[in-house]
Amino acid sequence: MSNNIHHMVQMDRRQALKAAGAGVLALGFASTAHATPESAAAKLAELAGSAGSMSDKVTITLPEIAENGATVPVGITVDSPMTADNYVKQIHVFAEGNPSPETISFNMTPTGKAEVSTRIRLGKTQNVVVAAVMNDGSVLTAKKEVKVTIGGCGG
Amino acid sequence: MAKKPRVKLPKKAKAGDIVQVKTLASHKMETGNRKDKKGNKIPRLILNKFSCSVNGKELFGADMHPSVSANPYISFFFTAKESGKYEFKWTDDNGESIKVSKDMTVS
Repeated sequence: MSNNIHHMVQMDRRQALKAAGAGVLALGFASTAHATPESAAAKLAELAGSAGSMSDKVTITLPEIAENGATVPVGITVDSPMTADNYVKQIHVFAEGNPSPETISFNMTPTGKAEVSTRIRLGKTQNVVVAAVMNDGSVLTAKKEVKVTIGGCGG
Repeated sequence: MAKKPRVKLPKKAKAGDIVQVKTLASHKMETGNRKDKKGNKIPRLILNKFSCSVNGKELFGADMHPSVSANPYISFFFTAKESGKYEFKWTDDNGESIKVSKDMTVS
């Protein structure tokens, strides 16, 4: 009986240490709630003006596995002539699993081509959602999953 | 804001050419989610706005949120039309801004 208790105490200490370690890793997110795909979708609808529809005109270039979530290169291309009557007005990028899903919004003018790239933070494995708002108000979206080995919003 | 942002823009372009611009600002982009060793929250301080204008006309802009990486990199394309001053501007949460301007000649 006393042996058993001793064993339990040891286990507790070990678990406590493990928990402490995990706590240090999670420090950045300790007190922040993550967004959910639903709240990200709501934010998308709010910023873009409508929930939009999936389209293969929007291409997201992202690594399949990001070793370091602190800097994940992302490229977005929208198939559009970018003329005065037909162009992409805005491109919104959302990270579904970050503390706040909105990541970056590009405001475009009818020039060049609809291709942008940047680097974003991803807290954990999640979907990156892109919404392109065209000049006529229609919203085209695309989604891509990234596996994140080390989260990048804190620590 | 120690270092000046880097901007890559060709000096010369032919009219109608599609030109790529690459920008790299130097900034920590503090998210506001991190805590220091004592457990106090480190206040948020990020560059939240980027804009590029040609001779005073807005060409491209971006609104940034804390999920943008430190030292934000942004690249975009435009069609070469006018020669002149291309101004790049980043604004932080305190309203302070950094500006870089480049000249490009379109022939």
